[in-house]
This record gives sequence, structure tokens and C-alpha cells, in this order.
Amino acid sequence: MPSVEASHSEANEGEGLGVLRSVVQQLRNNRLGVLGVALVIFVVASALFAPLIITHDPIRIMVGPRLAAPSLDFLLGTDQLGRDTFSRTIMGGRIPLLVAFASLGSALAVGLLLGLIAGIGPRWLDNLLLLVFDTKRSIPSIIFALAMIALLGPSLATLIFVIAIGSVPIYGRVVRTQTRALRNSEYIAAERSMGASTTRIVAVHVAPNVIGPLLILVSMDIPAVIAVEAGLSFLGMGVRPPTPDWGVILNDGYASINQSPWPVIAGGIPIVLATLGFTFLGEALRDIFDPKLRKDL
Amino acid sequence: MWFYFLKRIVLAVAIIMIAVTLLFFMIHAVPGDPAAILLGPRATPEMKAQLYEQMGLDKPLVVQIAIFFGGLLQGDLGYDVFSQRPVADIVFEQLPYTIELILVSISWAVAVAVPLGCYSAMRRNSVVNQVAGVLTIATIAIPSFVMAVYALLIFAVILRWLPAIGAGDGFWEGSIHLILPAFAIGIGWVGYISRLVRASMLEILGENHIRMARSFGISEWHIVAHYALPLAILPTVTILGVGIASLLSSAVFIEVVFARPGIGALIVDAVNTRNYPIVMGTVLVTSFLVVVATTLSDLVAAALDPRTRENL
Repeated sequence: MPSVEASHSEANEGEGLGVLRSVVQQLRNNRLGVLGVALVIFVVASALFAPLIITHDPIRIMVGPRLAAPSLDFLLGTDQLGRDTFSRTIMGGRIPLLVAFASLGSALAVGLLLGLIAGIGPRWLDNLLLLVFDTKRSIPSIIFALAMIALLGPSLATLIFVIAIGSVPIYGRVVRTQTRALRNSEYIAAERSMGASTTRIVAVHVAPNVIGPLLILVSMDIPAVIAVEAGLSFLGMGVRPPTPDWGVILNDGYASINQSPWPVIAGGIPIVLATLGFTFLGEALRDIFDPKLRKDL
Repeated sequence: MWFYFLKRIVLAVAIIMIAVTLLFFMIHAVPGDPAAILLGPRATPEMKAQLYEQMGLDKPLVVQIAIFFGGLLQGDLGYDVFSQRPVADIVFEQLPYTIELILVSISWAVAVAVPLGCYSAMRRNSVVNQVAGVLTIATIAIPSFVMAVYALLIFAVILRWLPAIGAGDGFWEGSIHLILPAFAIGIGWVGYISRLVRASMLEILGENHIRMARSFGISEWHIVAHYALPLAILPTVTILGVGIASLLSSAVFIEVVFARPGIGALIVDAVNTRNYPIVMGTVLVTSFLVVVATTLSDLVAAALDPRTRENL
């Protein structure tokens, strides 16, 4: 929960703990939020501790028979190469989560910077940046991602880069709108009249006010990004086999769907659990912090 | 009003021109020479030399962009690496399949979601409503391609009720082949739109003119259908315009899962074979569609509600 840490570091120690406590309290009263937290902890922990949980080598082929149904030895069955689907699924969460955090983290930084520039800078720069954001948003995200992958070649870095670029315009726009609104507020005018530099105003007054809502937006985008990563890997545009990844596992299962339903069932479940968990958590956080947030979009 | 329309259209043209310029630079910024990239790894030196001249790569950059734009205006999107057919022909051959798919998907989603949203706004506190709320979030959260693969598994592979792959010939066959793909794309939209309708409906039902209508003893259904819905539907109109981008994105997955022809299947195949002209042509045509759709929906929204005209 990055937003909790942020409010913690902004305020002094006692106040920060108070905010944290009230968030936890409100989350506890939100049943969907509790379910979300549980699912997220489950998914993140199983990815973090994957090497301790797996029962077989996820990459080794023919550890069992091909396309076996779930059993005590192979909890989710085996795939078309006789690999253990359970171990592959557990290990396969690492890449989607890594991609989600890396890409959203960089999108957050770039979006914040560009949004502040657009919000504070001269009118022409604002218009130019808005035009670029709108242009990016007018290219369907998956089709843009595929085009970039065609040019750069499929890899983990391409995946992170492409997904990050996809989110920048949305964040940039939100930051820009909020910055514009703040810029005209009286306390900023007061600060300016006392001779504060633009840099100081942005760093001390604007950025801390803008970053909270932005963090909630970012946390709400996690499920979408996990879906995009899994989708691109499903299309064979993500990490290279035999690296386990949820999308790749689902695609392997899809290829052998006529022989056995188990690989497909097992391949889809982690994607469903992860997207549901992060969505429930994001919705709960948004309700707690800012119910009107999405309306600005 | 007319000034707003004009402004919006100028903006749309500007966006398309910037997209084209960005695309131009994307092809040229990639390490290596653009002719080789456009032709792919299979190119012979003669092919490269020919393309070099065709593309005018020996001329200054500004002239190159001008030539690129000029070609576009005449509908020239380049040539397919393998068949040498015009890219425009290939893209427009596949486009109807995708348009059909997304239109059917969004139509059934709207048809189900709007009454659903109205109903849940009227019966706000029932248990059914709360369960529906959770299901709604779930359908929005689960990616369409996972939905598609599961639907394929259940209805095509296990039950064998519906065909698994292809688009089918003729109206009847075609419709049957559309059921599963349109379900997979539309289901998330049902959740999304019904939530949107519900939220704006709740807001409007609290307003004064609705209270006055109630005090006249007009039935709640009549109020919702005649006085509230025309206002509550506005956000949906705007979202549908923006939504075409994400509809096109999900169509990519769905076309691959169900082995349907279409723009999505085309670009995935083109990326796999490094067929750059097709990739770029697809990007151009789809972004053009998105710009047209968002502009249209903004104009419709502005015509319906004067308040939206103010903030451009």
C-alpha cells in the first residue's frame, strides 16, 4: 500500500500513524477491501516465496506424464511437456508483478514530472503536452504495444517500457489538472507574494498535494497492467519460453485445450485471483481516500 | 456551439497529424536503416536499393515527412513485405470483421447494462443489488482474454454447443460464431456501463425536478425512463467514444483466441513475421478510428448537454 507510506512520510510521526490506523480501520469495515487485501497478500507472498513453495522444477520437462489431471503429486496437473503446472503457476507470478511495479513506478515518475510541467509551465507547453497525451491515448493500447514490440523485439524490458508509456498520459493529465487548480489557490498566491521560487512552490506545495490522488490512481491500474502483461505474454510477445509466466502458461494450456482442460483452468486462475484482488483493494482505497477521484477523468 | 464543434474537429485533425509524425519517427528512430526494417530480415540488397529510392531516403527529413503525408492523403499506406499488395487493401479487407465484432459486443452490453443500471439505482439497498455490485466489479476486473479462453473451454470444447474457431459463412453461421467472442468482450462492459448508469442515475434521482415529478404522483418507472434516463445516459455516450480504443485492444486477444479474421489477428501475425508496413498501417487505421469515434461522441455529448462544451 504505497499511499499509506506516502501519507506517513508527509506528516509527522504521530499523525502518520493515526492516518495509517484509520485507513486500516476503514479497510476492515469494507468486506470487499478485506477480501482484496487477502488476495493481494496471497498472490504477492506466493510470488515472493515461490522458490520455497514449488514442488517441482518449473522449467524441467517430463517431471511427470504429459497433460496429467491434478493429483497429490501434481497439484494442478501437468502441461503438454510434462512440466508441473502448480510450480509454473507459482513462479509465473513473479514477472507480471515485477512488470506491474516497474512500469507503474516509472509511469508515475514521468507522469508526475510532465503533469507538473504542463500545469506550471507556459500555455503553449501545456497545450503541446496535452496534445501529445491525447495522441498517445488515441492509439489503442494493445495495438501500440504490439507495434513497439515489433520495433524493439519482445523482452522483459520492452514489456515494462511499453506498459509504462501507456500509463503516462493518464497520470500526466490528472497531475496537470490538479496543478492548474492549485496554482490559482490563495495560499500559493500568498507564497508567491512572499517571493518563493517556482521550484519551491512546486516541490513543497504542489507535488505533495498531487501525489496522493495519483498514488490511488496508480494502485487502481495494477490489475489492468497485470492483465496487459499476461495478455501480451499470452500472444507470445512477452518473456521467452521456457520462463514461466501466467500468460505463457495460459497460452500453453490454450494450445492443448482439446486434449485436456486442466492446463487452461490452472493457467487462468492466478490471473483472475490477482486482478480481482488488486481491483477490490484499489476500489476500497479509493472509497476511503477520494470517492470522487475517477470522475475527473 | 459551432465554435466548439470547429475547435473539436481541428483538435482531431491535429491529433491525427501528430500520430502520423510520431509513427514516421518511430520507424526512423529505430536503430538500423528504415528500409531494412520495413523490408524485414529477408530483404535482398536489390530490394533495399529499390525501396530506398521509393521512400526517398536520400532526401532531407522534411521532404521525407511531406512525401509520407502526401502518400497517406492518397490512401497509400505502403506495401506488404510478402505479397507486395497495398497495405491499405489488406487492412480494409480485415477491418469489417473487427468492426462487426466490436459493434455486436458493445450493443448487447449496452442493451443489458442500461436497464440493469436503472434497476439497481431504483432498488439501491437490496441484497441482490449488493451481490450484483460485487459481480459487476469482478466482470470488469477479469481480463477479456481469460474470459474468452474459459468460455471457449466450457461452451465449445466441453459442451460443444458453439463453434470454437473462425468467423463462419453467411448470416446464420456468422451469428453463431459471434456469440462467444461477443460475450467475452461485452461482459466487462455490462459491468462498467451499468455502474456508470447507476451512479449518474442516483445523482439525478436526487435532483429537484425529479422530486417535483414524484410529488405529482408520476410512477417511478415513468420518471426514470422519461426524465432521468436521457440525462443519466450522457456519461455512457462519452465513455463509448473513448471506449473504442479498449474495444479494439480486446478485439486483438479475442480474434487470436477464436482464430477469427480481423485487424487484431492481422497485427499479431504481422508482428510475428516482422511485417512492418502492415503493423504501421494497422496502427494508423485504428488510431484514426479512435479519433473519429471520440470526436463524434464529444460532439454528440455537447449537442445533448451544453455544459460539456465549456471545458475543452
